[in-house]
Amino acid sequence: MESLYLLIPLSVGLVLLILGVFGWALYGGQFDDLEREGERILQADSVRLDNGQGQQQPPPEESPEQVNVRD
Amino acid sequence: MARSAAMAAPAESMYSDQAIRLFALAAVLWGVVGMLVGVIIAAQLTWPELNFGIPYISYGRLRPLHTNAVIFAFGGCTLFATSYHVVQRTCQTRLFAPKLALFTFIGWQVVILAAAISLPMGYTQGKEYAELEWPIDLLIAVVWVSYAIVFFGTVGTRKIRHIYVANWFFGAFILAVAVLHIVNSAAIPAGLWKSYSAYSGVQDAMIQWWYGHNAVGFFLTAGFLGIMYYYIPKQAERPVYSYRLSIVHFWALIFTYMWAGPHHLHYTALPDWAQSIGMIFSLVLLAPSWGGMINGIMTLSGAWHKLRDDPILKFLIVSLSFYGMSTFEGPMMSIKTVNALSHYTDWTIGHVHSGALGWVGMISMGALYHLIPRMYGKTAMHSTKAIETHFWLATLGIVLYIAAMWIAGVMQGLMWRAVNPDGTLVYTFVESVKATFPYYVVRLLGGVLYFSGMLIMAWNVVMTVRTGQAVPAPIPHVAAAHA
Repeated sequence: MESLYLLIPLSVGLVLLILGVFGWALYGGQFDDLEREGERILQADSVRLDNGQGQQQPPPEESPEQVNVRD
Repeated sequence: MARSAAMAAPAESMYSDQAIRLFALAAVLWGVVGMLVGVIIAAQLTWPELNFGIPYISYGRLRPLHTNAVIFAFGGCTLFATSYHVVQRTCQTRLFAPKLALFTFIGWQVVILAAAISLPMGYTQGKEYAELEWPIDLLIAVVWVSYAIVFFGTVGTRKIRHIYVANWFFGAFILAVAVLHIVNSAAIPAGLWKSYSAYSGVQDAMIQWWYGHNAVGFFLTAGFLGIMYYYIPKQAERPVYSYRLSIVHFWALIFTYMWAGPHHLHYTALPDWAQSIGMIFSLVLLAPSWGGMINGIMTLSGAWHKLRDDPILKFLIVSLSFYGMSTFEGPMMSIKTVNALSHYTDWTIGHVHSGALGWVGMISMGALYHLIPRMYGKTAMHSTKAIETHFWLATLGIVLYIAAMWIAGVMQGLMWRAVNPDGTLVYTFVESVKATFPYYVVRLLGGVLYFSGMLIMAWNVVMTVRTGQAVPAPIPHVAAAHA
């Protein structure tokens, strides 16, 4: 079963990579405010769908949007 | 006001949607072609005379053409289009290297055309779902690395700190497919259109099904889950039922999927313990899969009436119920005792198509129905009634297809294992083939229904695009004002 000498290290390597990325996501603040993130896609994109004619936007100044915007 | 600002703004403040449009239209075209080939080979299995003695259109050559066309051409173009759309909208930034994105379009179409020519000519590596010969494999690798650069470059230049869950699924899909393709396609060329696998015997089989199962897991599952987590909330205009659960779904799924491949090699020369590991991980997979399915369907909780009026939501939600069905059926079929009956029968074909027609096909169609009008300055497809008709044709087609294959498969399995008291076989193989005939006719009928739905979709898309206009969409001011 020589193929296992390739597949098992490869799969273990991938798991370590996944763990690393998971650690980054966890400690990098990706999961800090999850419920709000689920709703963001509905707010942020609503201007787009009708090419800006809808005017459902923009949100009020202290909207959650700004908290998580990247500098 | 927002509009005039958008018109005057430089390209940097616009989303880069050209590649999305091209991929979305190509997906519909290849869907029609791939499903037509599927109908042809279903007819050939029913009436072998339809091979006409012509090698180029014989079943053995058209079958890989069908699988490649529906998985990598239809499914692949859908994934390119939706991932380029989702990553820009959720990161609120334009595509990283839009020209490279256009290159991925051209490159991917060249791959598809090369497959459409080389497979009927009989050039194949003989590996299921990885049949294409080495020069095409190299081109796939180049296109895929470009895809990864565009996608991860866009995530890297995002304006929103949080990476939306759909992007995690798309990212895992892109990374995993790169690794799978490169490892499994390793081959020694022996001429321009001939090569030998770098592995041999049961090693080759193990590598092949490690690839094959993870192609299902990451190409046909993770990628389309990315579609699910964006387009269902958008179409339903509600956030996903539990965003927390979607994160758990993602990590649980990618941790377990990589290890399930050996269940394709039960009762072969593969060591028993490796088979058992494959079975156990397949059983574990039920949990994250059903968690994700329930999460997607419950997004409509409290707004079930939308399902009645909106055929696009019907596509998206019914696709999830087929996802649930096939992710229950799959682990069950990976149990060795069940597999002893089901393997090599048409039950496997039924299982694959419940996932392919039901889950992958319907989530793709739903997402394309949502995406295409919006890419052409509209809010809806040309005809909503046609979407409704398409939905019912597709659903009926799937039910006929998988029910016929279930019955045929169980019947074949029972006939093959039936023994007389003296130990001889009760049935010859050809008797089981003869007994399968009526189910092949029903399967063909199901396929014709599903294909005719796809034709209606193609007409609807042409009508929508013809009267639409590809208007550049500005990136929202939310990001611009605070970047």
